[in-house]
Amino acid sequence: MESEVLKISNLSAGYFDNNVLKNINMIVPEKKVVAIMGPSGCGKSTLIRCINRMHETTNGAKQSGEIFLRGKNIYELHSILVRRKIGMVFQRPNPFPTMSIYDNVISGYLLNGIKLKKSERDFIVEDSLKKAFLWEEVKDTLHKKGNFLSGGQQQRLCIARALAMKPEILLLDEPTSALDPKATVRIEELIVNLKETVSILLVTHNISQAARVSDFTAFMYLGELVEFGTTDSVFTLPKHKKTEEYLTGKFG
Amino acid sequence: MNPRKKIFKDNLFKFIIMIFSFVSVTPLFFILFQIVRNGISSISINFILKLPKGPGESGGGILNSIIGTFIIITIAIIISVPIGISAGIYLNEYKNRFAELLKVIVNVLQGLPSILIGIIAYLWVVKPMRGFSALSGGIALALMMLPMVIKSTEETLKLIPHSLKEASYALGVSYKDTILKVILPSGFSGIASGIFIGIARITGETAPLLFSAFGNPFVNLNPFKPVDAIPLLIFNYAMSPYESWHKIAWGASFLLVAGVLILNIIIKMAGEKWKVKF
Amino acid sequence: MKEDKIFKTTLIMSGVFIALLIILILYSLFKGSYLSIKQNGFNFLTGKEWDPVSEKFGLLPFLVGTLLTSVLSLLISIPFALSIAIFSAIYLKKSFTGKILNYLTDLLSGIPSVIYGFWGLYFFVPIIRKLEISLGILPYGVGIITASLILSIMIIPYTSSIAREVINLVPSELIEAGYAMGATTYDVIKKIILPYAKSGIFAGILLSFGRAFGETMAVTMVIGNSNTLPKNIFSPANTMASIIANEFTEATKNSHLSSLIEVGLWLFLITFVINFIGQTIIKKFAPEGGK
Repeated sequence: MESEVLKISNLSAGYFDNNVLKNINMIVPEKKVVAIMGPSGCGKSTLIRCINRMHETTNGAKQSGEIFLRGKNIYELHSILVRRKIGMVFQRPNPFPTMSIYDNVISGYLLNGIKLKKSERDFIVEDSLKKAFLWEEVKDTLHKKGNFLSGGQQQRLCIARALAMKPEILLLDEPTSALDPKATVRIEELIVNLKETVSILLVTHNISQAARVSDFTAFMYLGELVEFGTTDSVFTLPKHKKTEEYLTGKFG
Repeated sequence: MNPRKKIFKDNLFKFIIMIFSFVSVTPLFFILFQIVRNGISSISINFILKLPKGPGESGGGILNSIIGTFIIITIAIIISVPIGISAGIYLNEYKNRFAELLKVIVNVLQGLPSILIGIIAYLWVVKPMRGFSALSGGIALALMMLPMVIKSTEETLKLIPHSLKEASYALGVSYKDTILKVILPSGFSGIASGIFIGIARITGETAPLLFSAFGNPFVNLNPFKPVDAIPLLIFNYAMSPYESWHKIAWGASFLLVAGVLILNIIIKMAGEKWKVKF
Repeated sequence: MKEDKIFKTTLIMSGVFIALLIILILYSLFKGSYLSIKQNGFNFLTGKEWDPVSEKFGLLPFLVGTLLTSVLSLLISIPFALSIAIFSAIYLKKSFTGKILNYLTDLLSGIPSVIYGFWGLYFFVPIIRKLEISLGILPYGVGIITASLILSIMIIPYTSSIAREVINLVPSELIEAGYAMGATTYDVIKKIILPYAKSGIFAGILLSFGRAFGETMAVTMVIGNSNTLPKNIFSPANTMASIIANEFTEATKNSHLSSLIEVGLWLFLITFVINFIGQTIIKKFAPEGGK
């Protein structure tokens, strides 16, 4: 049994009277890509927003249950510390428009007032941009603001920004749904490459993407975790009827 | 109605509208022309660096009111900008009943006739201090500038997409640092424009200063003593019977209008340059 | 985190501060006018005489002065302001000339009030004097008519910018439908745009009325500083704002000062009501866009 980086235990969550997540139990293994797929409204975005405690920033949010990050219950730590250990990339690229590319990558340190030596900073920036497959394209324009970058490049910048904080796990919330096919392919390549460095949870509504890049797949439906297993087994021999219907396009 | 008549009516209407529109802006040219014609002859280095002479004597300058204007405006900025930006952030971040009420209050504050602000400055500062002062003038102008800063801050921040906040939270950044280091810098252009527009507005205000700053024929750097300001000087000299003082008032008017116009142009150009695109 | 709590408290405190400001302003105005309210009572509103020496204080001359100047200036300015709004928002929509027209109109509003007054004093007053001579009236030059004319120039940009915004809010589908039926621009304006924008334009006029009501410097300089009830539009007079501006620093008696503050109180109340109604109409018309 590989070691686990994340354990989700009886997690339920929602807003006001709405129960979006119902009793989720899941284990995310170390240094693997776990894809979470399911039709719109199944709760996959809410799930990962619970993991880095972004869920509670929304008005009326509620949750119950436990999430263990490397054995520690994240609800017993301060939310800010939890978020510094977990990286998140959003659906629409959101680099900071007032900062240069360089500053964007280390913005986690800058904004949190964490002091670094220049040599450390330079190293982190280069290392993160290389891991995000962006270094070659921006190494000569590091100190310019990033608004000339394409959508795909901006998203890779956001990935570099998340990686710079050396997170235990990287959460990707439909990272390619706003990008063109060419940019999508680039990012999928980098996800496969990245799992040697960090564990990845990928939310996607693109079934084939899940099949392409992930080691494990979770299928969610109406707030429940219907099926979880290796990508191979889920796609070739799904255990539940709903999973099979989703994979064959009967809904979603 | 036959088509011919219709078209005639249409063209006539357009013509009338056009005439009225052009007539409406002609006073602008008249005023600017007269100010330049009458004022430009007074402008010289002496005008800016010297003090006013007595009635009937020609020459003299408006140094006292130039410095006074600077002092009062500086006081007004120091008071109104921090509080205004803070309140503007509050209005954008909090969506409760108090915030809605506050928006109405800001509008009421903005609609206050300037003479009332003068009365308030008198009652709040001049009376307790038993004397007129630059400080009371600065407080009066701060009251006028406050709603402008609040509104422009609120409206600028409203345009910033929520995703920026999310990006910051996801990096484990605190609320305070998110607002101060991410949101505010992104809104810098709009907020700064609002502040400078406010400055341009209050530079020309006279009524709030009538019984607060009050006026002073000498240069005064002490904020607790009365001080002159350019619009105050214009008012007093224009209403006086002395021709030499009228001349000075024209020169001062020229300076004032030129200053406000230049400030407006700078605001427009800088606003475009610093604008952050999302 | 503790620093977040301090920060949030600071934000809330600044909001509370603003609310306190307006409460204190009202309180100070009431406290300052208390003496006058006690001494003059309701006669203040109906009193035609304002004589600090004999300590008789009546608001009526100034109320009438203010009403006359504001209403007159409004009536004069409306056709011009609406013309600019219609011309730039409809005929010149998005064209360079339209932008220039809007810019010039904004410039008009950027000229300080005291300069309008000075210019009015120097150039308008002699003209009015000549007019009065030709009409056989006492050639004061200054008076209600002069103040109204200057005021009308000053509020044109205010009315026109609100009207412009309101006209721009008319859905373009409605306008295009009108043109598609073969209507002329005049028809579209008369039958589609104006009816739709009616309440918004009314609100704009109301807000300009409030602005004219409280305008001080330009009016003070050309209205002639007379404390008697104006007989006609050529009479010199005083408005509520100008009497305060003229007499406040000279008032030695407490009763005089208090009465002036009571004038200020009424000025506050009246402009508040006018502005409140105007703002409410605009909010209804454009829930997100109105200013």
